[in-house]
Amino acid sequence: MHSKSLYQEVILDHNRKPRNYGALDQASHHAVGHNPLCGDRLDIALKLDGEQINHIAFQGESCAICKASASMMTTAVKGKLRVDAETLIDEFREMATGKLNLDQPHHLGRLTVFSGIQDLPTRVKCAILPWHTLHAALNSVSSTSTETEDISTGHL
Amino acid sequence: MMKLVDAVLEPHALPTFNVERIRADFPILNLRVDGKPLVYLDSAASSQMPQQVIDRLVHYQTAQHANINRAVYYLSEVATMEYEKARSKLQHFIHAREDREVIFTSGTTDAINLVMHGYGRKFLKPGDEIILTTLEHHSNIVPWQMLAEEKGLKIRVIPINDAGELLIDEYEKLFNARTKFVGLIHVSNALGTVNPIKQMINFAHKHGAPVLIDGAQAAPHIKIDVQDLDCDFYTFSAHKLCGPTGIGMLYGKAALLESMQPFKGGGDMITSVTFEKTIYNTIPHKFEAGTPPIAAAIGFGAAIDYLLSIGMDQIAAHETDLLNYATAQLINIPGVRIIGTASSKTAVLSFSIEGIHPHDIGTLLNQEGVAVRTGHHCAQPVMQRFKVPATSRASFAFYNTRAEVDTLVAGIRTVQKVLL
Repeated sequence: MHSKSLYQEVILDHNRKPRNYGALDQASHHAVGHNPLCGDRLDIALKLDGEQINHIAFQGESCAICKASASMMTTAVKGKLRVDAETLIDEFREMATGKLNLDQPHHLGRLTVFSGIQDLPTRVKCAILPWHTLHAALNSVSSTSTETEDISTGHL
Repeated sequence: MMKLVDAVLEPHALPTFNVERIRADFPILNLRVDGKPLVYLDSAASSQMPQQVIDRLVHYQTAQHANINRAVYYLSEVATMEYEKARSKLQHFIHAREDREVIFTSGTTDAINLVMHGYGRKFLKPGDEIILTTLEHHSNIVPWQMLAEEKGLKIRVIPINDAGELLIDEYEKLFNARTKFVGLIHVSNALGTVNPIKQMINFAHKHGAPVLIDGAQAAPHIKIDVQDLDCDFYTFSAHKLCGPTGIGMLYGKAALLESMQPFKGGGDMITSVTFEKTIYNTIPHKFEAGTPPIAAAIGFGAAIDYLLSIGMDQIAAHETDLLNYATAQLINIPGVRIIGTASSKTAVLSFSIEGIHPHDIGTLLNQEGVAVRTGHHCAQPVMQRFKVPATSRASFAFYNTRAEVDTLVAGIRTVQKVLL
């Protein structure tokens, strides 16, 4: 298990300077993600124009992995169609739980810096929480928790 | 900074205590993690096992195993004798009057559930009150909450101060005519606070309330004398004092144990069974239904032998040295906050680093080979009291060294460098 591969410069950078951090005026979609095991809390707000994500913002208290994952997620889905965001959510979850073959075509791009998380089962939820919350927001579920589905074993 | 620390803390003069010789007994301490030597600072969660205990388990399985208390043949008699010898070792370790006051359980949690069921469910009545401390591990909260819900009991909680010490005045104010049971953690697993249980037991007894002590974090570090403490129940687990998992013990005063109802029904806990009526066995067997983890119990006894061969005073002295050495260094790192600063502590250092989440600390320290616990330590009320979601906890055992403390301190500085 090489935890070194996880804290790469791009992740550290997004942790120090999170993108799209803060509140969103007049959000059309919104969800709060919570990991009761570590107390992490993430608030994600979206402004959809039809099927397109025009604006996204997040805020909350979390570890560096969760914050960087949220920050990179917002830059990845901003401007995308809802259906494309859902594809990214699925692919990210599969990568984090070690079920995605990264040699096959996928849409994750730079998000593959999180692939090392699959070797740290206790940290998988940290990386997944923002994506889980985004999914909830897109589907207008106002509050979600990492404990509502079994992320650790990947049964989503 | 290092020079200052060394000047303040003179090396301990322990003539017969040689930590390197002790470390040689623990094969797992030679492990490397990510290419770095393992620095195991999580003994409060589970301690490591010396070769002597491993050998004892192997010897039992190799030459002594059969089921106990059953057959008349040689092996069964040997296994029964060795199992009962382990019970006697525990009796002497905690200074109990009789060996039948020692019940083997699967661990501390199991023992507390035994008392909840065997004593609480039989004797507590709606409206009765149970006193617990803020410092309790979930294992000494949840069983009582289950019973409280079932029977309409009230749980009252002893508050703590900012150092993590119980407020004894407040404790004494919690008593009234409805107080029927007290559960106290001897040493806080999250903070290391050593509670003044002897005086607290004495006060509870003036109000006629029996007292259960959760000694899971105390027994590995402190001499236990249940007669001197006059506690009614005392429990701890083997795996926190160099023994195997899956075994622990409950001490109970004989008269109390005899008055209680059995916890689990089954083989061994009966004298006679017909479909009309079952006569329960005498203590301790009344509480040991089914085939117990015989090897683990014998390993528990071997672990006690091992600790006593080193000496509990020597163990405490070395661990105190490590705690003082580590505390002196951590308080000098900017941004590091030690949570739990009681005047009487075991070698547990719970800390937070400003601006850094405990999970990141844990993962990054692991890169340096350092194993610490991060999380709420199954003591969420303690976390709530200090308004933190979680802490990082380094806990030291007698096989740890000052050099390992230095690795921890260097690791914390690395964590800060990487993330801040």
